[in-house]
Amino acid sequence: MTTLNINGKEVTFDPQEVEADTPLLWALRDELGLLGTKYGCGAGLCGACTVHLDGKPVRSCSLPLAAIDGGTVVTIEGLSEDGSHPVQQAWREHNVPQCGYCQSGQIMSAVALLEKHSNPSDEQIDAGMKGNICRCGTYPRIRAAIKSVPSQSLGYAVGEKA
Amino acid sequence: MSESLSNAKISNVSRRQFFQSVAVVSGGLALGATVGQSTKLSAGVLSNTNQSSDLELNLFITIDMQGQVSIICHRSEMGQGIRTGLPQIAADEMQADWTKVNVVQGMANEAYGSQNTDGSRSIRDFYTIMREMGATARTMLEQAAANRWQVELSQVSASNHQVTHKLSGESLSFGELAAEAAQLPTPDRKTLVLMSPADFKYIGKPVPIVDMDAMITGTAIFGQDVQIPNMLYATISRWPVVGAKLKAVDDSETLKVKGVVQTVTMPAQGRPVKFKAQPGVAVLANNSWAALKGRKLLQLEWKEGSNAEHNSVEFTKELVAKVQKRGSTARERGSYYLNIAKAADSIEATYTVPYLGHEPMEPPAATVWLHDGICEVWACVQTAQSTQKEVAKLLGMDVEDVQVNVTFLGGAFGRKSKPDFVLEAAYLAQQTGRPVKVFWTREDDIKHDYYHAISAQFYQAGLDEAGNVDAWLQRTSFPTIASTYTRLIWWPQSSELSMGFADMPFAMRHLQCESHSAGAHVRIGWMRSVANIHHAFGLGSFVDELAVKTGTKIIPMWRQLLGDQTAVDPNKEGLNYDNYGESLDDHPIDISRFKALLDHMETKVDLDETLPAGQGWGFSMHRSFASYVAVATKVEVADGAVKVLAMHGAMDAGLVINPDRVATQLEGGMIFGLSIALMGNMSVAQGRVEQSNFDDAPVTRMHQCPAMTVHIMPAPEGRLPGGVGEPGTPPVSASVTNAIFAASGQRIRDLPVNKVFTV
Repeated sequence: MTTLNINGKEVTFDPQEVEADTPLLWALRDELGLLGTKYGCGAGLCGACTVHLDGKPVRSCSLPLAAIDGGTVVTIEGLSEDGSHPVQQAWREHNVPQCGYCQSGQIMSAVALLEKHSNPSDEQIDAGMKGNICRCGTYPRIRAAIKSVPSQSLGYAVGEKA
Repeated sequence: MSESLSNAKISNVSRRQFFQSVAVVSGGLALGATVGQSTKLSAGVLSNTNQSSDLELNLFITIDMQGQVSIICHRSEMGQGIRTGLPQIAADEMQADWTKVNVVQGMANEAYGSQNTDGSRSIRDFYTIMREMGATARTMLEQAAANRWQVELSQVSASNHQVTHKLSGESLSFGELAAEAAQLPTPDRKTLVLMSPADFKYIGKPVPIVDMDAMITGTAIFGQDVQIPNMLYATISRWPVVGAKLKAVDDSETLKVKGVVQTVTMPAQGRPVKFKAQPGVAVLANNSWAALKGRKLLQLEWKEGSNAEHNSVEFTKELVAKVQKRGSTARERGSYYLNIAKAADSIEATYTVPYLGHEPMEPPAATVWLHDGICEVWACVQTAQSTQKEVAKLLGMDVEDVQVNVTFLGGAFGRKSKPDFVLEAAYLAQQTGRPVKVFWTREDDIKHDYYHAISAQFYQAGLDEAGNVDAWLQRTSFPTIASTYTRLIWWPQSSELSMGFADMPFAMRHLQCESHSAGAHVRIGWMRSVANIHHAFGLGSFVDELAVKTGTKIIPMWRQLLGDQTAVDPNKEGLNYDNYGESLDDHPIDISRFKALLDHMETKVDLDETLPAGQGWGFSMHRSFASYVAVATKVEVADGAVKVLAMHGAMDAGLVINPDRVATQLEGGMIFGLSIALMGNMSVAQGRVEQSNFDDAPVTRMHQCPAMTVHIMPAPEGRLPGGVGEPGTPPVSASVTNAIFAASGQRIRDLPVNKVFTV
């Protein structure tokens, strides 16, 4: 059995039903219908599947359920109910998305970065965001949006804060 | 929404509902596709049908009794903002209040006109049509009010979602007029009065994208996200080499994987590859992970065929050798060969660009459900109608029985113009009798793309005694996209030579443009800006080499080459010039627009500034898709590594509908070009693409993205819209390699840069 707290709710995966080697990404998407977390590479290379595990950004495509038993997971759906999280608001103000596909992962990485560095330097933004690819090229706007987020405790509106 | 929930995937009903109840409270979570009888995607993210209470004003616009307006976007949304741009035009002409406008995604339907979302032409082709649609709707509402008040049409006017009687000041809302307006005949197109541009409220304004909330909350539904009840998840192991024949299949281990339901051998295919499903074996399972695990255990034996001998390094050498020789003339002015022999001095160079891949963040995915005599498709396609036709042909169905729902496209760049992945899903749905989603992995995307053509180009210029360019030769060789559709077509087509090659704008007395044949050994397709990618690299690099040789600064060099002409007509010099489907009257090759960009860049960027050792500026410019873009790039070269420090882009795209989205397309197009310049390379050995994922097929990441400044040139009144999605890409490569030369003295003629420098 793998028990996780996902977006503030406890979920148990029975290995008879969901194989224990199933990456968190596919459990979220196929089993729970939490489709905001995206598949991009399946190898931890692009960041489209970024979620928070115990408050840290992780690549859910490369994390088998069996390895994260007892963990607290927050996905884009757990960030806020209505796009009102300060990082989502910054994204809105800077008109960041183009196709939108990578943006859940970008936002989850940005939230984690800002939890660590409330006023990140360009180097810290590079380090915190270089694992998230955007093929449309929204990087300049992501950088500007991150810099505009006021220094404050961010938290999650829906998901449990680790 | 609640109806959708009640029918959610049976095997996980309770767990899914548990989560979706969160979403219902939040009003936001999208569930993928729908369930039950509805053909709408849920959550209103991309609803494909109007409410039955809607009243039709014309093909694109409906209104309900409360005055809520729905405008159909019939083109695919792939990040360019078209679901905002097109409705913005119609809403403006309609005098609608933007806050009372819904955007409805149009299904495949010939009545809309072309839905092929490619060629940077959604606005070019539909600007006037969308204005007319808006004006039609407005006129019908005005007529309804005039009838109500029993006055002449000229006595009333619409503004901000209501119609006012000019004399009395009395007004009626659009909602109050909707029912009567919908009963009226459509006004004659010739009688429509379009707004004066001075009165535009939305056109030309940075209206935020309508899909913002869906995109930042993870509720936008892409092709990969579609889920319908009883659906099988399919992944396909495809031919290792184009043209290979499947000899033997051992799926015994695959079928032991828990969750795997069955395998299906895909039909054998020959060339041309067209949009056909590629041969291989599909693994169908109850979830994605089981399908992927099962696929790994497949044992397939192939007879690989002659393409297995293809090697891109060797092939590049062949192309390079070809372009040193005389080719087939595409355009000719004066007599090049006579005059190059007499030149006081000359310069020549050869440039190569490898195969390139699209690598959209969302790999292709399609879901097909055959039921009740119809075929329902949900897919991230750029081409709804060709998808519909191809699926109908494959399944032996009538076109109208195939319903194509276009999801959001998680990037496309030309890849999703080819519905091969939809045909895979259609075939598997037919074979299994169940709904099937085919999802491509990243490895599938990289190894089985329709690649941007590998190429070589040769440039030569003859200079007179004064150092002025008098004669110019350019040759190109690359496998044509036509090879994808027609067997044994080996010559670049005039449409491809019309992309930044034989439409070159220079004024010298003697000009010769030639092409050479090249065989196609992988699937060749169009990618963002298409043949402009390699041609702009060659041309932009060679202009810089000339500037260096003659000791001329780069902007004066461009001015000198453009000369005193006002416009260029390559048709008069032998080219069957395509001009991106536009007439030269509407969209001339206008030399003054090149020069205005040069003037602009000269004032905005100091290309001659004194820089620390190891830094340099590079510049290039290019016209494509009836728009003009100039790019200046500053780099630093140190310890064998290149860092791009800054990029300035300026675009003249004529009339602009949404300046913010145009700016993002320029930014994104430039970053796409930066990926090509620095890292773009799909190498082929033994007929196989050697790369497999973002580690060995890298694209630009945050830390490689420089500070960017973009500028959109203002358009004089009456100038038509040019393309926007693609023109930002072509000039980037040369601006980068020219900057590297300025910084380091190292001239890169063979892309990508990372063959020489760390990036």
